[in-house]
Amino acid sequence: MRTIKLNASVTASNDLDAQALRSRMKEKGVLLVNIMSSAGSGKTTLLSKVITDLKDTKIAVLEADIESCVDAEHIESLGAKAIQVHTSGMCHMDAGMTAAAVEAIKADNVDLMFLENVGNLICPAEYDTGSSLNVMILSVPEGDDKPLKYPLMFSKSDALVISKMDTLSYFTFDLDKCVSRVKALNPDIKIFPVSAKTGEGMDEFEKYLKACLKDWRA
Amino acid sequence: MHEMGIIIHLAKTLDQTAQEQNLTKIGSVTLQVGEVSGIVTDLFVECWDYFKKKHEVLKDSVLKLETIPAVTWCNNCKTNYETVKYGKTCPHCGSGETWLVKGNECVIKEIEAE
Ligand SMILES: Nc1nc2c(ncn2[C@@H]2O[C@H](COP(=O)(O)OP(=O)(O)OP(=O)(O)O)[C@@H](O)[C@H]2O)c(=O)[nH]1
Ligand SMILES: [Mg+2]
Ligand SMILES: [Zn+2]
Repeated sequence: MRTIKLNASVTASNDLDAQALRSRMKEKGVLLVNIMSSAGSGKTTLLSKVITDLKDTKIAVLEADIESCVDAEHIESLGAKAIQVHTSGMCHMDAGMTAAAVEAIKADNVDLMFLENVGNLICPAEYDTGSSLNVMILSVPEGDDKPLKYPLMFSKSDALVISKMDTLSYFTFDLDKCVSRVKALNPDIKIFPVSAKTGEGMDEFEKYLKACLKDWRA
Repeated sequence: MHEMGIIIHLAKTLDQTAQEQNLTKIGSVTLQVGEVSGIVTDLFVECWDYFKKKHEVLKDSVLKLETIPAVTWCNNCKTNYETVKYGKTCPHCGSGETWLVKGNECVIKEIEAE
């Protein structure tokens, strides 16, 4: 036996898969957006609103879930192509699983492809899925202290959607405090307070998605 | 489960290394695990012992774990401190403008193989 120094990341194989998927999406001109949040923060509702609002943009959704197909069925009912990916107990999507889902959905001429990651604030942040835009959602009922408790996801995301803004008056959620905590972790992050229910703030977020798509194709 | 996900990637990465370097047998794998990486080490070794059997080159391997202490940098007073003891707040000046510089990683340091 001989000793071989590696100093490689444990997820080196994942990083390669992610890079490969990113170049494939670049060739196809599809922007893959990874949506991360805890369970029930409003991922499916937000995506539904984006699909209904952006009529001129072709959208497809990869729904990752430990079980069930309800989210994918709901998205399909809105006219967007969706596929359900069962992670069989795994707490996150990795690049290999994402690439397989992209292959399986067989959607042509797509502009935006969303990956609704598994609902969990920890593990998804640690795996590169091959996406080119990482958006995280924090809902008002979860509390403004989450950036302190789960710093990694906030520091790795390009944008933060603060969802369920219509419920602000029912909770002690300090928006300014939350924003400054997030900015301390990630000064470049874009923050969008929205309500998918009332439509408040959705316009800014949708404009941002379109601008990112344009940059991706430039 | 989180540990299992990491093991799957670890095994895949080592399989690739074995192919590239024409290795037939990996005897040990030394992993450096950060103190705040969130990895439960007992669980990790158990997962490994279960999963390694699925890979021919890995089936007799031993997993060795080394801990990397977590260190946080305070941008206000420009010093490092122990993360596990003090968390996000600098013990020297009380500032919260601090970030982790080391301790979140999980690195394959080396393997013994033939
Ligand atoms: N008041 C209010 N409720 C919302 C809003 N967005 C989502 N909800 C509610 O929050 C609950 C969860 O929403 P989902 O969109 O299913 O959340 P999710 O993140 O997709 O959930 P999982 O896929 O199970 O992790 C539902 O009852 C929604 O109606 C909002 O903007 N305002
Ligand atoms: Mg959902
Ligand atoms: Zn200090």
